[in-house]
Amino acid sequence: MQNHATRVRSGTPFWRDVRFQRVFAQVVFIILLLLFFGYLIQNMIATLQRQGLALGFSFLHQTSGFDIGEYLIPYDRSSTYLRAFQIGLLNTALVSGLGILLATILGIIFGVARLSQNFLVQYLARLYIEFLRNIPLLVLLILWYTGVFLKFPRINQAITLPGPIMLTNRGIAVPWGIPTETYPSYLVILGIGLALALLAAAGLTWHGRRTGRTPLVWGWATAIFLLVAAAGWFMLPSPALSLDPPQVQGLRIAGGKQLSPEFMALLSGLAIYTSAFIADVVRAGIQSVAKGQVEAAKAIGLNGFQILRLVVFPQALRVIIPPLTSHYLNLTKNSSLAVAIGYPDLFSVSGTILNQSGRAVEVIALVMLIYLSISLLTSLFMNWYNRRIRFVER
Amino acid sequence: MTRRAIASTENVLPPPIERYTLLGWVYKNLFNTWYNALLTFLAVGIIYAIGKPAITWSLEQARWDVVLVNMRLLMVGQYPVGQIWRIWLCLHLLAAVGGLSWGVWIRGYRLWSILFLAAVLGLAWSSSMDGSAARGHLIALDVIALAGFGLGRLGGKRLQRTVINLWIVYFPLVILIVRGMTSAEGAVPVVPSNLWGGLLLTFLLTVVGILFSFPLGVLLALGRRSPLPIIRWVSIGYIELIRGVPLVTILFMAQIMLPLFLPADMTVDRVLRAMVGIILFTAAYQAENIRGGLQAIPHGQYEAAHAMGLSGVQTTMLIILPQALRNVIPVLVGQFIALYKDTSLVAIVGLLDLLGIAKSIVSQPQFIGLQREAYLFVTAIYWLFSYFMAYLSQRLEVALGVGER
Repeated sequence: MQNHATRVRSGTPFWRDVRFQRVFAQVVFIILLLLFFGYLIQNMIATLQRQGLALGFSFLHQTSGFDIGEYLIPYDRSSTYLRAFQIGLLNTALVSGLGILLATILGIIFGVARLSQNFLVQYLARLYIEFLRNIPLLVLLILWYTGVFLKFPRINQAITLPGPIMLTNRGIAVPWGIPTETYPSYLVILGIGLALALLAAAGLTWHGRRTGRTPLVWGWATAIFLLVAAAGWFMLPSPALSLDPPQVQGLRIAGGKQLSPEFMALLSGLAIYTSAFIADVVRAGIQSVAKGQVEAAKAIGLNGFQILRLVVFPQALRVIIPPLTSHYLNLTKNSSLAVAIGYPDLFSVSGTILNQSGRAVEVIALVMLIYLSISLLTSLFMNWYNRRIRFVER
Repeated sequence: MTRRAIASTENVLPPPIERYTLLGWVYKNLFNTWYNALLTFLAVGIIYAIGKPAITWSLEQARWDVVLVNMRLLMVGQYPVGQIWRIWLCLHLLAAVGGLSWGVWIRGYRLWSILFLAAVLGLAWSSSMDGSAARGHLIALDVIALAGFGLGRLGGKRLQRTVINLWIVYFPLVILIVRGMTSAEGAVPVVPSNLWGGLLLTFLLTVVGILFSFPLGVLLALGRRSPLPIIRWVSIGYIELIRGVPLVTILFMAQIMLPLFLPADMTVDRVLRAMVGIILFTAAYQAENIRGGLQAIPHGQYEAAHAMGLSGVQTTMLIILPQALRNVIPVLVGQFIALYKDTSLVAIVGLLDLLGIAKSIVSQPQFIGLQREAYLFVTAIYWLFSYFMAYLSQRLEVALGVGER
């Protein structure tokens, strides 16, 4: 006891002790932070009280009273605000999902073209990438929407492409299938095909592991699925879908599927813009594979396609995946720019809800929460995938 | 035997220099295999299909007068006409500092620099400038830039530090000149920020964003690597929250929620709110970039600094940060280019930046239907500056020798 007391007195004073300083600094920091937020929230509550508003999410069950142009699940102006949020979220998911798919395809094409030995092709790809990378997406979207999609002719003078696909200033009409009475049974056949394909994929993977000669697993699986799908189509007594081509009827287009100019402009704008960034990622990934790898693969007698599939691509993928993830996330977040051209995505619908209900704090908090969850979920999934394909070091 | 071997190496020919005739080059690069020939025809087809209508449209059908008539609006928005000399002053200063840097670092006459000066002169001589003060200012810009170039070349390396300091002083000075500091009777009266517009507003948002997001980003990056758990978790939370949501929601929040958070008697104008949103947004991204630089510093640097008796703050300020920041300069510049492009989003919340002004111009009855012309001009401006900044950042990368040490 005596000993301990002298040590404390003769040693450093407690305010010079690093352990104490650390705790003290954090306590001060957290107090300051809480005071700051407390001040902000107090101001907010005072302002809201003056405006006669209270916080709370019960308004979500009130009737919205406004129309939305495009919806995937039933909606009208007597639906609730919650339903409107769902419509917006589904539209965001639709445009992001399709956008990611298209952007990846375009990005790979332009990334490979950028490395082409053909001077002209390489130069065109470079022009495409350098142009898109240096302009703001919002400017591209507005130019694309007002300068291209709204400048198509009126419906009675529609440009008709083979298909028939009709381009008008009210949207683009494409042929679409209408389900007939055999459609449900066709869905069952498709399900069987999918099951068979997955079974084959599992079997081939197992075979590859056992023998060390990996067959084209996904190629075979796709072939089996398509085979079953085609066989089912012709075996059914009548076709499962009847083709419904669009046609001009006076001042409107009847039949087919009509895609609004807002949707088409947003989707294609997002896909084209992001594809330029993905192209650069793909190019860097392919260039990162050491030249010796290709030479070694040639030396052991692999052909061109095998070199790409077994040597270059798996190694390039490791470099490509992390930046690709962030571009996918960017595309999803950028889809909020739909508000500038009037497509009812999550952000744009929330803006309308905010104006209708006046619940600024709740609406903004909800929107940010949803985007944040999408981001976190995507990065979790991509991190998992990235870990799976990572180079396993000995 | 050895003699002969030595003799034979003397007779070895140098590798042949590849020389092509024009046709030979075309054959080697465009038609060497059948699929390359096919691709060449495809590419020519695409160029023809897109190029021909584009050229006929832009030369014959487009009404570019919508841009020329509204040039002042597009450049400075509603900035008072009597005060526009202040913007010119900023440009002259920019020409001086830019010319100096050109003389000090690049030293040579590059094709692009000559083209740039010629373009400015050409603009000055074009007929649209008849009788306006802009002609004199444009010529003065070229003269000042050339004078700066000469001075920079004479001064050489001795001037490097001075020029860097000039750049650091330049941007705050620009904000001061544009905003003004005296009352209405003084020489430089205050111009409220709701009158800033056009390209001027785009640039000011970018500059303010760069200046203020950088220190905040450094603090957040240090916080994220702090040994103190609470500070670390708060930093991580902030960075991930901001990076998880789109910029437009943050701008929206800044417009709508910021007034709620402030006391009742305090008002913040719309431009300032947008600036706050942009700064908070960019800081999170800059923090992640700077963290990359911090992680690349070997642990021995901390230990060596500790062994020399430097305190934690001294270690960070004198040893770690200078090395970390030097490593990530290209990434930081890339982020600033992204910021420049992102400022266009303020048009969504109703500010009149370059894009916002273009939107309001094409909604006027006399310019209706001219969206293509207006927005193509806006696109060209954004592209030009963004490409130029990317080029400079590549030069900077070479000059700093990043990745070579």
